[in-house]
Amino acid sequence: MALKIVKGSIDRMFDKNLQDLVRGIRNHKEDEAKYISTCIDEIKQELKQDNIAVKANAVCKLTYLQMLGYDVSWAAFNIVEVMSSSKFTYKRIGYLAASQCFHEGTDVIMLTTNQIRKDLSSPNQYDTGVALTGLSCFVTPDLARDLANDIMTLMSHTKPFIRKKAVLIMYKVFLKYPESLRPAFPRLKEKLEDPDPGVQSAAVNVICELARRNPKNYLSLAPLFFKLMTSSTNNWVLIKIIKLFGALTPLEPRLGKKLIEPLTNLIHRFLSSVIAVLISLSSGMPNHSASIQLCVQKLRILIEDSDQNLKYLGLLAMSKILKTHPKSVQSHKDLILQCLDDKDESIRLRALDLLYGMVSKKNLMEIVKKLMVHVDKAEGTTYRDELLTKIIDICSQSNYQYITNFEWYISILVELTRLEGTRHGHLIASQMLDVAIRVKAIRGFAVLQMATLLDNAHMLTGNTQRNGICEVLYAAAWICGEFSDHLEDPLQTLEAMLRPKVATLPGHIQAVYIQNAAKLFATVLRAQEGVPDSQKAQETSQLLIDRLPLFVQSANLEVQERASCVLQLVKYIQKLQQKEVAVAEEVSALFAGELNPVAPKAQKKVPIPEGLDLDAWINEPPSESESEDEKPRAVFSQEEPRHTRPRHTEVDEKELARRREARKQEQANNPFYIKASPSSQKVYPEVPGVEHIPVVQIDLSVPLKVPGMPMSDQYLKMEEERRQKEKEEKKKKEKKKKKEKRGRGRKHESGPESEEDITPAHTVDIVTEEMPENALPSDDDDKDPNDPHKALDIDLDKLVQLLVLLFPHYFAEMWWKKKHFPCSVLLMLLYLRALLSVQVYDIQGNLQDGSQVVVSVIFENKSTSFLKSMEFNVLDSLNSKLQRPDGAGPHDGLSVPFQLPPGVSNEARFVFSVQSIVMPQKLKGTLTFIVKSEESSTHEKLDFKLHFTCTSYLITTPCYSDAYAKLLESGDLKSSSVRLEGVSMSFHHLLARICFHHHFSVVERIDSCASLYSRSIQGHHVCLLVKTADQTVSIDAKCDEPSLLGNVLDEIKQTFSMC
Amino acid sequence: MQFMLLFSRQGKLRLQKWYVPLSDKEKKKITRELVQTVLARKPKMCSFLEWRDLKIVYKRYASLYFCCAIEDQDNELITLEIIHRYVELLDKYFGSVCELDIIFNFEKAYFILDEFLLGGEAQETSKKNVLKAIEQADLLQENQSEDWGGLAAEEVL
Repeated sequence: MALKIVKGSIDRMFDKNLQDLVRGIRNHKEDEAKYISTCIDEIKQELKQDNIAVKANAVCKLTYLQMLGYDVSWAAFNIVEVMSSSKFTYKRIGYLAASQCFHEGTDVIMLTTNQIRKDLSSPNQYDTGVALTGLSCFVTPDLARDLANDIMTLMSHTKPFIRKKAVLIMYKVFLKYPESLRPAFPRLKEKLEDPDPGVQSAAVNVICELARRNPKNYLSLAPLFFKLMTSSTNNWVLIKIIKLFGALTPLEPRLGKKLIEPLTNLIHRFLSSVIAVLISLSSGMPNHSASIQLCVQKLRILIEDSDQNLKYLGLLAMSKILKTHPKSVQSHKDLILQCLDDKDESIRLRALDLLYGMVSKKNLMEIVKKLMVHVDKAEGTTYRDELLTKIIDICSQSNYQYITNFEWYISILVELTRLEGTRHGHLIASQMLDVAIRVKAIRGFAVLQMATLLDNAHMLTGNTQRNGICEVLYAAAWICGEFSDHLEDPLQTLEAMLRPKVATLPGHIQAVYIQNAAKLFATVLRAQEGVPDSQKAQETSQLLIDRLPLFVQSANLEVQERASCVLQLVKYIQKLQQKEVAVAEEVSALFAGELNPVAPKAQKKVPIPEGLDLDAWINEPPSESESEDEKPRAVFSQEEPRHTRPRHTEVDEKELARRREARKQEQANNPFYIKASPSSQKVYPEVPGVEHIPVVQIDLSVPLKVPGMPMSDQYLKMEEERRQKEKEEKKKKEKKKKKEKRGRGRKHESGPESEEDITPAHTVDIVTEEMPENALPSDDDDKDPNDPHKALDIDLDKLVQLLVLLFPHYFAEMWWKKKHFPCSVLLMLLYLRALLSVQVYDIQGNLQDGSQVVVSVIFENKSTSFLKSMEFNVLDSLNSKLQRPDGAGPHDGLSVPFQLPPGVSNEARFVFSVQSIVMPQKLKGTLTFIVKSEESSTHEKLDFKLHFTCTSYLITTPCYSDAYAKLLESGDLKSSSVRLEGVSMSFHHLLARICFHHHFSVVERIDSCASLYSRSIQGHHVCLLVKTADQTVSIDAKCDEPSLLGNVLDEIKQTFSMC
Repeated sequence: MQFMLLFSRQGKLRLQKWYVPLSDKEKKKITRELVQTVLARKPKMCSFLEWRDLKIVYKRYASLYFCCAIEDQDNELITLEIIHRYVELLDKYFGSVCELDIIFNFEKAYFILDEFLLGGEAQETSKKNVLKAIEQADLLQENQSEDWGGLAAEEVL
């Protein structure tokens, strides 16, 4: 005992433990580096000792130093030594150090393979656990290959502690050594149904991550995951599964349809997974406006929340919905604009993303004005740059669709040039060029603005920090030069472009300056030559000759070359001028011709010149049969190919026409083929020519002189006034009409103006882009309405959805009375579905309890008052009972767990227990609620009936044809049949309708005959054989319960009698 | 999850766990950049950042920042939940944890983290199970050190 104490003190004498080290570092704040280097020396000493305890202590300290940023790679071998200690205490430290310090390049890793294998098979589960944890951090392809088998065995370890670790680490192994995936996958799949929830969630995790990389291969697991999703209560697992479905739904549209219901359900259950749900929703589920609407409403609540995190996530999810359903997000513009004022930059950036989809012709100016205010206020350059790009994005989106006044846009661009230190000068410049070139009506205005910019170039270039913005001068110089006819005082602009200060600009900008100075010079000459005083023209030439040498000396080759070219030209002109020769005409000719934008499809439209055949041989290949001696000049004889070629194509064309005709014939006889409507005939819109564009008088009430003054606001005001005026005019007109008609009733105010009412201030020819001569004037090649194949491209899913929308009453019936209300205050939609609870009971194999029906009810408040304290009650029948909580009497109502503000809808679910499912049922119920308006609140009641059809007890169950055949052969089934007359829909649609409304699945289909299968929640098999001929459909059905079958057939009959 | 960092208000790193193989140099660069960005944010701001092509989720508990980097498709809220769960675990283990606990017992903090997350994925969602595993491993460790102490004494004798 005494010795032990002595030993302890000896230990402490020569080694500091981790605590001492930490304390030491904290005490040596000033000379930390020096202290640590002495510590490292000590550690090196300790590592040289044989005592494993000392070594472990040293390694532990090294791990700490590694975190502080010191290099400890030299101790890698010592770490391996500690890892291989037989004592768990040291092994644990060794593996920790390894997991922190080792990476793929660490060479000692290859020494560890056997040690790790030993630890993995250790009888002590903690040794195994520590090895697995460590391995997860430093697994290399070699380790993965060598140890994959050992880890795979551990996946079936008796202890769940090991199993879950083994399952998780398999993911890392798959990444490093993909060959292991195939043999391990069956076992991994097995683990999805592991009795231990930890192992199960680990398996879900791994498969989700795998599926994200290659979703196609995991489609077959969808039913299993669907089951897990509806049964699992672990939110962590649920979120992973939802993520998995997010990856799967784009590949299998049918899955999306199935998911809508459980997903909508999950939105109500817990807020946190709302986001995940939405992401998967918007990333590939078929359009389902109801659930999207619900999501957007929920998101609004999130965004309005005071919690910044929820606000952020709400906006993020909103932007995902925006991509697929822009309409539903637009109504929340107010909220998004509000978020722009948020203190948090992350939130502001998210709100900016959303703005993109919110603009319309009506609100563009207003939104951009708001953004401009933010630009002024923004302190960080990143955020300001982001704002700038967003403004330009928003304005230029879909070919400037929302811009009604381009003068305003140019002023906005000019205002943006005042931004200091932005990186996006080139973006502004390209916008200026684009608008000035493509919008002819605006050129005059743009040129004047650019001239002011050039004149005040020193404001942009004065500060070296503003470098990014001088790109704008590139655009300004080019626009002024190219469209110099519009300049008020070209000479002044010319002078501004040749200031010595220009030489400090980047080379490519100087080059443009010089080229365009030459263009300006031509314009100036033209103006001055008409004047009798020829002195002026000579002065202009002299100006160029004086200024250009500066640029000839430029280090930039392009600048130098252009400058000396222009200089020589001007010198020559001056010579001519002195001889009093008129040169303006000829100089202008140098720059004649207008530059027009080229349409993106122009290249494609270039007609192939007659006689050009790119497939023809230029030189006939030497034929082998003919000897060269016989026809030495065959190469040049063109007669033969000329004869054969055209004839060949002619035959082709004839053949094509014949085939086209045959196809049309076939389509006419084909009932499945949906013909294109006659209105979609090829009609070419008249392309407006240049002369049709009204040149707009520029309103000179707008001051242009002061550069950099915010002028865009005035446009906003002007625009408002203009719209007001237009409105008034329209009103006047209407009044006139009214008077003529002698209408007596007071005219009501015209509602808010619609998009169409806003006429653009400029008629803008942003569509007349240059096309090659003789180009065919088709509007869009890709969407040729005559293309017969186009019409076939119909989304069947959409069609089925449409059918549901048209016949919702079939699985839901609703009645509402309007006794107490002037107009329909509340609309209730009741959906009956037996899907969910049955799925759950199915798992447990207890079919006696499979007698539950879940009723989802959507409550929508259509009034303008607040509805609260809703209570849902149903008069139970002997067969069907509403499941009430324990302790509630049989006549008590269930309170609906939410209140409804005006215009809001929400969904609640009620569970019914049903004993016999062979007969349809109707239950009477009432909904009581309180209507709260500003002055009073009243109690109201609404009666309704719930209709449980026999169909609602059926679950869509897939069935293989051989199992189906066996079922029919067994002879236990009673048969019955029904005939439907006058059904004109196609067989395909007929089947789709039966499957959708009555929960059947198609087993096999041959021509106009198909077999269908479904199963009731209590396990009855229902088989249908559907045949069709001459608008008559006959259904032969078999089922082990004749009355259920009779009722289902009646319901099917009813479905078709309604159409 | 790609990595997890714990650092103090002064920007001192207290714990780091990398689930993607990176060189030391890169790790240092990322850490420096992230610590700066996160510390620059004001307390009332939201917990999410977009950084390079990753999403950063961070939360401050007392003087410590817990900061995780996740990929684009990962869920932010569940990451916050993971951070919170880890703090709860530390709290349970150390008994109202403070920064000093983590500084002086940094290996324990790692052991708990390793028991909770593996390869960047949550391996055990039950707090009870994680703590049980840690306690048992600790027990094993203490027993062994005693055995070893005894053995060593005998050897010396």
